[in-house]
Amino acid sequence: MRIKFWGVRGSIASPGPRTVRYGGNTTCIEVRTDDGTLIVLDGGTGIFQLSQTLVREMPLDTHVFITHTHWDHIQGLPFFIPIFVPGNTVRIHGAYDIVSGSGIEQVMNVQLQYSYFPVREAELKARIEYETLTVGEPVTVGDATVTSVMLNHPVVDLGYRVDCNGKSVFFTGDHEPWYNIYDPADGEYAEYQRMVDEKHDGLVEAIRGVDVLIADSSYTVAEYPSKRGWGHGTFDSTIALGRRAGARKVVCTHHEPTRFDDDLERAFTEALARSAPAPGDPEVLLAREGMEIQL
Amino acid sequence: MTTLTLEVQRKLGTAVERMPAFPQSVQKILDLTRDINCLPKDLVTVIEKDPVMTMKILKIINSAYYSLPAKITSVNQSVVYLGLNTIKNLALSIAAVGMLPRFNTSGFDIQRYLLHSLTTAAVARQVAVQYARGQLDPSDAYIAGLLHDFGKAVFAQFLAHDFHDALATSRERGIPLHQAELEVIGADHALVGSMLATKWQFPQHLIACIRDHHNLEAEPTALMDCVRVADQICRKLSFGEAGNAWREDEAIVAPQRFGSFEAVIEALGDLEKIVSDAQTFAQV
Repeated sequence: MRIKFWGVRGSIASPGPRTVRYGGNTTCIEVRTDDGTLIVLDGGTGIFQLSQTLVREMPLDTHVFITHTHWDHIQGLPFFIPIFVPGNTVRIHGAYDIVSGSGIEQVMNVQLQYSYFPVREAELKARIEYETLTVGEPVTVGDATVTSVMLNHPVVDLGYRVDCNGKSVFFTGDHEPWYNIYDPADGEYAEYQRMVDEKHDGLVEAIRGVDVLIADSSYTVAEYPSKRGWGHGTFDSTIALGRRAGARKVVCTHHEPTRFDDDLERAFTEALARSAPAPGDPEVLLAREGMEIQL
Repeated sequence: MTTLTLEVQRKLGTAVERMPAFPQSVQKILDLTRDINCLPKDLVTVIEKDPVMTMKILKIINSAYYSLPAKITSVNQSVVYLGLNTIKNLALSIAAVGMLPRFNTSGFDIQRYLLHSLTTAAVARQVAVQYARGQLDPSDAYIAGLLHDFGKAVFAQFLAHDFHDALATSRERGIPLHQAELEVIGADHALVGSMLATKWQFPQHLIACIRDHHNLEAEPTALMDCVRVADQICRKLSFGEAGNAWREDEAIVAPQRFGSFEAVIEALGDLEKIVSDAQTFAQV
């Protein structure tokens, strides 16, 4: 299996000289299984660059898994070149949205409206299929299996684990570790904490033993208190999660759009310094546009 | 068993999708959510006091898409599983349906019904802690108490004319309301409430408790005992009112567990806080 990062930025694309080393595109990760099947995790702006490399593979049959439908994870979908070319099949998988009462089939349609985009969904030339997932039910894609886990974000967010011939990668999408909404003095505190711990333990089990954990590490621990409830993790929460789950490699992603390269490296180094690794702890990396990991 | 026509069943089943919540909670949800930094626990407090909101949220979260390890039975659990913002937006979309009118043509007072549901819920939780420790989750007793009479709110809203007759029959002949409902409507509120709970894939023990709370032949459970005795206590002490007047000849349910009314009421201690909290919310 091979993993390549095409977008590592959170919230909004942030190109420019000060983000040039880590990249300015929003979330998109290419996963190639052993038999060459293409799995795309999220359709942020990075998917456009990915799609330009796919022309020589057409006609292709590709699977896009959307962690959640916030703009920075879907904005590139209308620019995913394969959707315009006859003969291609693009299968888009994602969660059921209980507030709108719709499945993932709305993800293109909401973007391809007359005022906002020149092409209508009906005019796309590829075969587009939508698969609204049942959480936790594994989906077979080529020689890989993709399993979803419900995480914590201001909209339903699925983390995905891709397993292929004994190798595995887990991507959280956007995720803030669950926290207690009560104060320790409140009567409901203990019961709520039990549920929080249960959810967290469940996530650790879902990630258990992966080769690569890619996780939302938007904030520093110093920034986090003022961002609580916004649905993002910290460098420290990602490192702790990777260690607890026994991941071999941990990749911190979803970089803040205003965190320029030097600051990003500094924040990352500080987080590493806070928790000295024990023998056997995973290697921790910063996600960088263009970075590849071969498993 | 029910003699409801298929058409009435269909009408009740789909009408409830559009059922508005209680005015107090709609107003409070709108007020709270105006502030982006509103406290999550404040939102939960409002939602879990409204039978309609609670019912709708449990319905949605227990749907098949989120194959959860266990059925969700509390609003707090829903927040942990779905995230606060999603629950907030769900509550807002329920609020947008409108508000239940206090007065409907059935003559059923929806505010006093709310007070009865809230006090039954809170008393059931306390009874569960004191009389059934380790046998059930007290928050299940709360939810079951809150929702046990949900069928009545549905009747009042969607079968107002027939429900009016059932209320009158019960009053005039001094028979329990559920018997009068059976005669007039062909099904009682317990059956209709459980029908909806089943359709919405609620957990089995909650469905059974709603269905059988008047059926003395049903297999008793700790949950059922707690809800039934709470319902009796609230009617005996006139906490709210849900169309089923207290009858002096009523015997306490599960006497082997509870002994006598006097003993339970004594053991529960001061219920003033439960009543005043419920009154403040129900504005009765």
